[in-house]
Amino acid sequence: MTAVTPARPSTAVQPAPVGALPPGRPAGGSRLWTAAGFAFGAALLFAVAPLVLSDFRLALLAKYLCVAMVAVGIGIAWGRGGMLTLGQGVFFGLGGYAMAMHLKLADAGPGGMPDFMQLYGQLDELPLWWRPFASPWFALPATVLLPMAVAFGLGSLVFRRRVRGAYFAILSQALAAAMVILLIGQQGTTGGTNGLTDIEGFFGYDLDDPVNQRMVYFIIAATLLALLALTRQLIHSRYGELLVAVRDGEERVRFLGYDPASVKLVAYVVAAGMAGLAGALFVPAVGIISPALIGIVPSIEFVIGVAVGGRATLLGPVLGAVAVAWARTALSERFPGTWTYLQGLLFVVVVAFLPGGLASLWALARRPEAGAPPPRRGWSPLGGRRAERTEVPAP
Amino acid sequence: MTVLFGQLFTGISIGAVLLLIALGLALTFGQMNVINMAHGEFIMAGAYTTYVLQQSITGAGLSLVVALPVAFVVAGTMGALLEVLLIRRLYARPLDTLLVTWGVSLMLQQLARDIFGSPNVQTRAPELLTGNVALPGGLTVANNRLFILVLALAAVAALTLALRLTPLGRRIRAVVQNRDLAAVSGIATSRVDRTTFFVGSGLAGLAGVALTLLGPIGPTMGTNLIIDAFLVVVVGGIGQLKGSVIVAFALGVLQATGEYLTTLSVAKVIVFVAIVAFLQWRPQGLFTLRTRSLA
Repeated sequence: MTAVTPARPSTAVQPAPVGALPPGRPAGGSRLWTAAGFAFGAALLFAVAPLVLSDFRLALLAKYLCVAMVAVGIGIAWGRGGMLTLGQGVFFGLGGYAMAMHLKLADAGPGGMPDFMQLYGQLDELPLWWRPFASPWFALPATVLLPMAVAFGLGSLVFRRRVRGAYFAILSQALAAAMVILLIGQQGTTGGTNGLTDIEGFFGYDLDDPVNQRMVYFIIAATLLALLALTRQLIHSRYGELLVAVRDGEERVRFLGYDPASVKLVAYVVAAGMAGLAGALFVPAVGIISPALIGIVPSIEFVIGVAVGGRATLLGPVLGAVAVAWARTALSERFPGTWTYLQGLLFVVVVAFLPGGLASLWALARRPEAGAPPPRRGWSPLGGRRAERTEVPAP
Repeated sequence: MTVLFGQLFTGISIGAVLLLIALGLALTFGQMNVINMAHGEFIMAGAYTTYVLQQSITGAGLSLVVALPVAFVVAGTMGALLEVLLIRRLYARPLDTLLVTWGVSLMLQQLARDIFGSPNVQTRAPELLTGNVALPGGLTVANNRLFILVLALAAVAALTLALRLTPLGRRIRAVVQNRDLAAVSGIATSRVDRTTFFVGSGLAGLAGVALTLLGPIGPTMGTNLIIDAFLVVVVGGIGQLKGSVIVAFALGVLQATGEYLTTLSVAKVIVFVAIVAFLQWRPQGLFTLRTRSLA
């Protein structure tokens, strides 16, 4: 990315745009407000939604909340850390497949095999790499640790070599493409394009029973709230400030004696873990995991919600993801073609003209002077080459 | 020997397709640092242009010859429009160009669905390009693959010459190397940007015409191709056409060899791992412009 600007002086020494994306702590005295907001959200999710919504709508909401969990992770990696990851579907899928493999094996009973294997694979016995997933003690931690391990592997390779920005985004996308092709190609052991379907039980509970579906919803809502609380602690910690510093001026952080690669790696791995957890909970909520749910298109769609809601805020990604997922369901069943146009238009308008997302509108309305400034030329929320088109800054 | 040659030629022909797609990206992504996800839809536009022309021109050979320039202009115009309407505002935010153009590509795919319908369509290949060429030693190569190879190489040659010898090429290189200095030297940088985009997108249109010889045309045909093409530019190094040429053929051969030894899906993973490993060695790609930038 840097190589096209040979004769330009370093852009890293310019002052970071103030107030562009909220970097630090909220204004004083907001702790009480945060607690109140958290309680309000919890009440909404645990009391209001189950009372108001039908079983069908509640199951849909559970699905949206899983997408929101992925969005929280993207908010950390992209909004706070400046790493646009277009491959969160991979981690979502790893978590989802780990959970689905366990549930399939549990459905099949001891010594049994998932139904599709005889059908496609003509297999007589369980493949070796499926076997550990029979144990919940392996499968459950794996839903989070497996995606984190993959993220650690890729992240430590690319961040150390300072592959970043667009290069990183494209690599993460290529990872998603490779994973989908691999899953489809190994049909006998992965279920191919169909994925793992017809999941009936969830640790002894029948998933067809609405009561148990409701239980799954509560687990998902509680997990999302826990992730949000964790994320709030993380971004308000010293590490959180370091992460924003790396986003806005990686070289300056390096000169201060920190290792930006490790800082970014932590955020990327945490985001992967959240996506894995979301995938694991998505499986009992929806009953299926397939390549179509984790490929390039869904991976980018995860990012859409985050961009719409406000990438650098805590709640923006959650609300944006839920809103976009809800709009998709509401509109695409009535006007299938129109939704695609709307989705594209939404993306274009928000990213091009409202880079802070809808959250920046909120900030603007509340504190006009401190809200996000309109994106002037040369403004970059992601640090790096921001002087592309502006007048040469004064030294 | 025959098998080896066959695999090598398969690899080269995969590489030629990659190269044809990556050439346009090497201009818009490599030189201008704009990640245009709608590039795949410009390929689609080129392919549908061929299809539309075949509705009125009955001779398959003639329609292909007409389609090449027409597709170039159609896709190029779309690219120039995109630059004027959206990308111009986003030069300082390369990652956001990715998201914005993704939105555009969604809309273009739906537009294609509304105009041409969701099912794939087919074009007729000219008779000249349907057979095989027999080479000495019992080797054969498919005519259409050979045509694409020639087209890709011709496009590389034309682009290289245009960048090196024409006044426009000089202006493009000047803007890429130092935008501010180019601007104070009297170059209308925004016009150069638009022209660069026109040419880069036009090359996608050519790729689309070539792809009609290999398979069906559909609204989502661009999506899968474009990631491989982006990888070619990333690994090749930005601002350098020769990097893209070498890497396109290298990845093509690697893919074909991997496919021969294992399966298609495993080959994709091998290519990905090879790319990550390569970037450990040369994080900036095969060829880079020397820079003192810290960012």
